[in-house]
Parts: sequence; structure tokens; C-alpha cells
Amino acid sequence: MKLQEYRSKEILAQYGVPLQAGQIATTPDEAAAIARTIARPVVIKAQVLVGGRGKAGGVKLGETPDEAARAAEAILGMSIKGITVRTVLVAPAANIAYEFYLGLILDRAAKAITVIASAEGGVEIEETARTHPEAVLRLRLHPLIGLQEHNVRRVAFFLGMPPDLRREFRQVLRGLYDAFVGTDADLAEVNPLAITEDGRLTALDAKIVLDDSGLARHPDIELMRDLNEEEPSETAARQAGINFIKLDGSIGCMVNGAGLAMTTMDLVKLAGGEPANFLDIGGGAKADKVAAAFRIILDDPSVKAILINIFGGITRGDEVARGIVEARSTLTRNVPMVVRIVGTNAEEAKPILAQANLITADSLDEAAAKAVAAANAQASGGARPAAEARS
Amino acid sequence: MSILVNDATRLVVQGITGREGEFHSRAMQAFGTQIVAGVTPGKGGQTALDDRVPVFDTMADAVRETGANASCLFVPAATAPDAILEAADAGVPLIVCITENIPALDMLRVYHVLRMQRVRLLGPNCPGLTSVAAGAKVGIIPNDIHRPGSVGLVSRSGTLTYEVVQAMTDAGIGQSTCVGIGGDPIVGTTFIDVLDMFNQDPETEGIVMIGEIGGDEEERAAAFVQREVRKPMAAFIAGRTAPPGRRMGHAGAIISGGAGTAESKRAALEAAGVAVADSPSHIPQLLRAAGVRG
Repeated sequence: MKLQEYRSKEILAQYGVPLQAGQIATTPDEAAAIARTIARPVVIKAQVLVGGRGKAGGVKLGETPDEAARAAEAILGMSIKGITVRTVLVAPAANIAYEFYLGLILDRAAKAITVIASAEGGVEIEETARTHPEAVLRLRLHPLIGLQEHNVRRVAFFLGMPPDLRREFRQVLRGLYDAFVGTDADLAEVNPLAITEDGRLTALDAKIVLDDSGLARHPDIELMRDLNEEEPSETAARQAGINFIKLDGSIGCMVNGAGLAMTTMDLVKLAGGEPANFLDIGGGAKADKVAAAFRIILDDPSVKAILINIFGGITRGDEVARGIVEARSTLTRNVPMVVRIVGTNAEEAKPILAQANLITADSLDEAAAKAVAAANAQASGGARPAAEARS
Repeated sequence: MSILVNDATRLVVQGITGREGEFHSRAMQAFGTQIVAGVTPGKGGQTALDDRVPVFDTMADAVRETGANASCLFVPAATAPDAILEAADAGVPLIVCITENIPALDMLRVYHVLRMQRVRLLGPNCPGLTSVAAGAKVGIIPNDIHRPGSVGLVSRSGTLTYEVVQAMTDAGIGQSTCVGIGGDPIVGTTFIDVLDMFNQDPETEGIVMIGEIGGDEEERAAAFVQREVRKPMAAFIAGRTAPPGRRMGHAGAIISGGAGTAESKRAALEAAGVAVADSPSHIPQLLRAAGVRG
């Protein structure tokens, strides 16, 4: 789960990282009021989880409260990569002398937390790593004892941190590390970390991405989830315990298991179609979960056919088949459904599916081809897609 | 023949009295696995699986009393890391963790402690493994999809593994051992570990590898194959249509910063001489074409 900048800053501030916190506003008047309390030039920043907000015009300066209000008015309601801005952060503007990048990642290859640092801050670190790899330090921390003082010194010297700011730098890196571990993060970064013209070290922007598997023990952070930036169908799926990601195609997919769900999408594409989603109903799914999955898939008006692919292991094929038939009778929209059930109790599933007059397939390749044919027939306005696809 | 488990495997099941633990223990027994003990704290002295298996309070008791040499965990994510460490402390050399959604930072610590103790961990978030001819299964892979034979299979996935095994069985290609290493970012056993074991197993004549988007494990495995493996191989990589930056169910399955794509993995494997299938159903013909009898 990604956290908004102001949420990331809230957390880092708790861990002692010096930063330009600011306050959030949802109206121009609120922005002006905040600017008045700050009493100097402010920066107004769109709070969205997509990158490139600066280039899109989502970051503006305001010398006075009135300018802050105008800037907020311009940014609020703006669309950045399809996301409508609903909140801005109003923070003191800094006169920047130097900018650094400092981040921590869960490094799966190194099986450790790794520090990434560069004296070329304020730009995307991936870009710096590509163009000037020597300008980027990757420092693997010991996985059992964590951040040590010699690690801090190494990063500080690499960045050329002025001696009189070493103590502050230690506070930044130590706080960033403690926040990473304390919140079960995947990524925690400050970019830029700046030295201001008046000689202070301060984080101007911050980003934390959390390990979804760690959220269960951080209910306070779960509350920071920004539902405005999540597809409503993805929110519904998460609440139903279904792994779902919306895509742009016309063939809805319902599968058990993440690897098989990805494979099903791939084979839809190979058969000439486009998947409308990734959906893993998980192990041991019963009728209620199948029904929830149908509602989520059909919520997308571009879905023209549904491909259901179940490899029974823990999941029993006949239970899913009954779930499909039950759920279908309650659906408000009907599209052709291609069902392939193999594995545990697949034989018992067959008569149930046959009675319900569903399109069936034995192999996954065949199921994908039939789903694509059914979706195409539906898209061209055919009223008899099921019969055509079954032939 | 087989790798990792065989008819000398004496298994203890951690969480044997839970619903999942009991269900899968029965399936493992049905396949032929010797389950010698169960562990559920507070239920020591009881029995499980129709009075046939003694239950102990601790792993230490279970190993001392039964000589167990492998453990399988059906324990919730909140307590699984501790249960893995308990198993390692009790001295079992092989631990299989089925549990999903274990926080990555917990696994980081467990991973390094187990390495110091020289204990092999399979998983977490994996379906376990099955040595077909030896009648030894530790985990949840369905019993009836196999055919005994000489192809070793290693995979990051669960049901996708079953799909490929079934396709091989239907085509008359049998398996030596099928291993699911798990879909998490931090897992105890890697593709390379398993490829190395298959490469050295005299009864494994060919190898199937099932990868997916995310990380660079497949690319590293490809480099290992090029250097070491002299057995015919076929592979499949799931996630060609996955959008970047989104976690596709498995915690490890995410394309980040343009790295970890299916194309990159496919290219690396092909450059190492591995035949990569467009669909799981093409795996058997690729194996046949490479001269594998199965």
C-alpha cells in the first residue's frame, strides 16, 4: 500500500526525521488560512499517488495567502494521470542549496534492507541509476543487527555531507530506518533531502510504500489508505477477500491462485483477446465468494464475456460450479460465461454446469479461445453468442 | 528417485489439530507420507488423525520422542515465523511453510537465522513438494495429478504448478519430484537451489521451471543453467499481460521500475538454452522435442 506524501511525513516526523511537514487543505480558503499561519512563501502540492505531479502542474508556489488560495484553486480538481486531486499539502517553501536522494528498500535479491543514496537528489533515482550509476550508493544493511553507526558514516561521506550537519544526517537516516522497520515498509524515501540556504537539513518530500502482509499488525496505518485513488471495484474486492486488479480489456477472468490467474490473462491475450482484470478468488472458495467475484467483474461495463478457470485442490470443483449457477441467477447483467473446472470434484461439477447451459472447456487454451470468440460475438451485437461459441 | 523427501522422511506437522492442518495431513498420509508427530501448544498428550499420531506441546518434544526429520507448518501468519524458528531449534533439517501473508521483515530475520543453523526452509506461501515414486508428499499439492517418472519440476506458484503437472501426466510424462518454492519476496529455497539438486539427481532426466513476473530470480536461475545444468529443460513464465507497479496476488509478483518483466525472464532463459512455452499445455511437447522420455 502506498501512502500519500503528507501521511508519509506524519510517520517520519514521529520517528524524528526533520522535515517540512505543512498541513493539508481541501479548499482554497483552507490553503490560505494555513499559509497565514506559516507566514512566508509556501509550496502547494497535489496529494496523489502517481509520479510526475510537478510536470503536470500539481506543485505551485505562493508568496502570500491569496496566492496560496489561487494556487490551491488551480490544483484542486485537476486530473493527474487520471487521478482527480482532492487534497493539497501546504508547506513552507524552502530555498534549496543542495538536494540529495535517500531511501531504504526491502532488497529481495540481497535478502536485506538496502540503503540507496545519491547526491543527485530531486530527480527519479531510477533515472540517476541508469545515467550515472557511479553517483548512486547501494549499501546492504546487516539483516539481523540493522543500521550501524559505520553505515551512517559511510552514507554521509558518500553524499559529502558537511561536518556540521552530520548529527542531523544521522537523525534523518536513523529515523528513516526506524520508520521502515516500525511500519513494515517495502520502501521509505526522502527525495529531495535538502540543505537549505540557511544551512538546515530537511526532507522536502517523502514516500512510504508498505508491505501489504505487514498491515495486519498496523491497524492505525491501514486507516491511512486513500480510497479516492483506488478503483471502487478494487476496494470491494479487498473487502471480500479477493485479489483483484482492474485492466482495460473485455474478458473478465475468475481464477483460483495468483500464478494461474496471471496465466489465464496471458492465454486470453494469446488467443487474440484482452483481459479485463486479474482476479484470484483464493483457496477453498465457496458460493458467496464466487457471487462477490461476479459482481466485481460485471461492475465493469466493458466486460463482454467471463472466463472461469478453476484448478481444484483445496477448492472443490462442484462447490464452485454450484456457486456459479446460484450467483448467475442473481446477476443484473448477463454475459456469456466459459467455465473450465478441473482437479478435485471436476467430474461432479460437469452435470451441474451442463444443466445450467454454460459454455464449458476441458483445457485452458480451449477455454481462452471460446471466451475470446464469445466476447467478439457479443461486441458485434450478436444475440446468440453462447450458441456460437459452443459450436 | 527424488530430491528432498523420500520414504525415509519422518514428518511432524505443526498445527495438525487445526482444520487445514488435519485435512492436509490426511491427504499426505493417503499419498504415503510417514507422519510421526503433530505439534499444537497446549494439546500435548492428545492424538490426531484417528489416534494414529501423537501430539506434542513443543517441537523439541516431538523430535526427541519420534525422531522426526522434517516439518510442515499449517500455522497462522502472525505466529508462523516463531514456529519456523522453533522447528529449526529442534533440529529438523527440512521445514516446509505453507502459510501465506507473513510480513517480509519477519522472513528476513528467519531466513538468516536458518542459514546460520544450516536448516533448509521451503516457502513460505508455497504448496510444498511431492516425490512421486517415493510416495512422499509434504504440503498441499493434489495427490491424483501425478505420474511417477523422471522429470523434476520447480515453480513459484500453486495452482499453476498443478496445471503443468496435470498436462505432463496427461501426455504420459512422469515426474520425479515437484517443488513449489513459494510466491513471496523472501523465500528459503530458490530456483537455483532446486535446479542444482535436480541437476545432481541421477533419476531426474529433465527439468521444468515455472516462473512469474517480479524480482530477478529467473534471470539468476538462467545464468546458473547456462553454467551448470546439462539436462534438457522447459519453462513457462506467467504474467506477460501484468501491468507494471501492481502486485499480482503473490507478494513477490510485481514489475518495478521496468525490471522483473516476463519478457526479460523469457529472454534470459532462452539465451541459456531453455525452451520457453507460450502456454502450460505446450510444456510436454517441448520436453519431448528435447528428448525427454519422462
